Amino acid sequence: MRMREVSRRAAESQAILSTETKEWHHRHVLDLDDFSRGEIEAVLDTARAMKEVLGREIKRVPTLRGKTVVTAFYEPSTRTRVSFELAAKNLSADVASISAQASSVEKGESLLDTVRTFQALGADILVLRHWQSGAPYFVAQHVEASIISAGDGSHAHPTQALLDLFTIRERMGSIEGLRVAIIGDIAYSRVARSNVWGLMAMGAQVVLCGPSTLLPSDIEKAYPDVIVETSSEAALEGADVVMALRLQRERQEAGLLPSLREYIRLYQLNSERLARARPGALVLHPGPMNEGLEISPEVAHGPQSAIEEQVTNGVAVRMALLYLLARGGHAED
Amino acid sequence: MPRTDALLIRGGHLIDPSQGLDAPGDILLAEGKVAWVGKPGEPPPQKPAQILPAKGLVVCPGFIDLHCHLREPGFEEKETIATGTLAAARGGFTTVCCMANTNPPLDNLASVEFVLRRAAELGAVRVLPVACVSQGRKGQELAEMAELAGAGAVAFSDDGDPVASTRLMRHALEYALPLGLPIMDHPQDVSLSQGGVMHEGWVATRLGLKGMPSAAEEVAVARDILLAELTGGWVHLQHLSTAGSVELVRLAKEKGLPITAEVTPHHLALTHELVLGKSPDFPGLHPYDTRTKVNPPLRSKEDVAALIQGLKDGIIDAIATDHAPHTRVDKECEYDLAASGISGLETALGLLLGLVHRGEIGLPDLIALLTSGPARILKAAGIPGLGTLQAGAPADVTVFDPDAEWTVEPEAFASKGRNTLLAGAVLRGKAMATIYGGKVVFQG
Repeated sequence: MRMREVSRRAAESQAILSTETKEWHHRHVLDLDDFSRGEIEAVLDTARAMKEVLGREIKRVPTLRGKTVVTAFYEPSTRTRVSFELAAKNLSADVASISAQASSVEKGESLLDTVRTFQALGADILVLRHWQSGAPYFVAQHVEASIISAGDGSHAHPTQALLDLFTIRERMGSIEGLRVAIIGDIAYSRVARSNVWGLMAMGAQVVLCGPSTLLPSDIEKAYPDVIVETSSEAALEGADVVMALRLQRERQEAGLLPSLREYIRLYQLNSERLARARPGALVLHPGPMNEGLEISPEVAHGPQSAIEEQVTNGVAVRMALLYLLARGGHAED
Repeated sequence: MPRTDALLIRGGHLIDPSQGLDAPGDILLAEGKVAWVGKPGEPPPQKPAQILPAKGLVVCPGFIDLHCHLREPGFEEKETIATGTLAAARGGFTTVCCMANTNPPLDNLASVEFVLRRAAELGAVRVLPVACVSQGRKGQELAEMAELAGAGAVAFSDDGDPVASTRLMRHALEYALPLGLPIMDHPQDVSLSQGGVMHEGWVATRLGLKGMPSAAEEVAVARDILLAELTGGWVHLQHLSTAGSVELVRLAKEKGLPITAEVTPHHLALTHELVLGKSPDFPGLHPYDTRTKVNPPLRSKEDVAALIQGLKDGIIDAIATDHAPHTRVDKECEYDLAASGISGLETALGLLLGLVHRGEIGLPDLIALLTSGPARILKAAGIPGLGTLQAGAPADVTVFDPDAEWTVEPEAFASKGRNTLLAGAVLRGKAMATIYGGKVVFQG
């Protein structure tokens, strides 16, 4: 009885999924700069089917049975890692994980050695978080496994951007034509960078805002269609979606900010500032939040916030990517 | 009749900017010297033992590289004096100045003598050591410059690192003044460049890599110029890479200050967009390709244009390779961790002739920047007759085909350093024969 139920539902979800993936041709997911609108939509549609699976009593489907997913985190991040591991387990993959602390990184083992070892141990998909920009590209040059970037340095965080896009689309119906203001430490933000590509591909207007010392050089040339603001009030004016970025306290020590107090005064996303955005504008944050610093607690937990939902959606989006990579990459057929 | 080693290079096109020569002609080398330069077909004063046909080829003074890293002693896995000088010969260079960032560094008599001895035993071409400015290249106390000059050092440099302390740089210039030798500085303000791995600009922004702003170089260039003015000492600025640096040197030269400057082939031809890894000209590049990592970094198109203009206007005195060989392991890692540098001796000529083929600089001007230009900087070191084909000069000659197309294959390099982003690229122009001291040290 129970077995029959499981397989019926699995077949159902399989049916939803199989129609949605024509656009997909990626072997790795390293950033969104090489994703077309159609490809992003394929991910979001697949994620919607996955979210439906997550709503069921039994959350597990057998799609990735026999596949091995390894998560390698060279930078601490409990939430992203757990999100990926749950996503892989929900698809019935075998999951192994290493973190920088527990691995042989400290013994001087190179990144390449480590990932080659995982490949030799049978990893089909490697989820890599690394503190150095470009590390997943380097790894992708040298291994057969599919690589999903779970964030590299200040460069890219494609799964975060996709879950942001998913959340926006689910809440606002469509992304096209929306004004999305991203506020904070743009210079060091991989979330902002990947969101720029994803949002632009989907037809949104992106506004990047932060103090001049936290805006990267030549930003207008790097992202010609993006609006850049140093005034958070101007950035928020008429925004449909507002994303506050986490501020690392080290920025002050590095001489980039005079004080956290002044940052709060000028850039904190609080109710007063949020009032400049469109009524009902959506509030996002990639987490983990410094409540009271870049975002006020009222806004973080207020009616416009979708921050908790982002976390749930993250699992669905990552399931979608694992599914699409496994289907596209390694022959089950 | 005495036995002769005389070599006649016949039927080529002679270009020797040191004497304004740019015409077809023959040249006779004997007893390690240039014996005679004549018109095509004119009988030489002495019967040659050997004839090198050079029809369709350019014959010019041997190239001089003011800046390369031979890595010996200490980093023999990257390069040795034997392999590095062979790479030089294959690139058309007959004289190379090796930098002092070896291990131990060239801050002591024994190390300088070691380099000269190895070069005499195993070197394919002339090696002129550049010794340290500071003891241990630590930037704190001056090296024993007078003794090092006596041993054969032709200049002083802490290259790899700048002389960070403005005060020490001042004293170095003052102390070197009576020696008549330049302080060669790697101009970089380390507090601005710290942590940077590429040019600061839109590409670094997209890639999330930390940039080195142009100002990090320009602040140091300005400092060095002001110190030259203060002390009267001679600063030679190494591997300039920005438009702003060219402007500063232009102003300094207008004032008549003792400033000279070099640029590298890669800064004259390549830009920071290559770090994105998508280029039709360089099919093997991938994003974050560590072969694009070099210090100073590849800059913008505007910088390249300004450097070329600087060559034309005589602001830049010499082209130097900054040949920086590394092992595979040094480069096969994350971008932030990768060693900086390009193995450049064997591709310099082909890359530079691209400028000539594109009409950006005349061939005699390019040759001047590889011969008479650097020779002027080495003049103070007292080696006579470098960079010229005048009778009596050392028989250092490069014969090259400006039009031969070839594909860069690093695995075929003489250098141990295969770290070049030009791998797989097609270059037009290459050395066909290199003659050092009358001996053919390379023939292609």
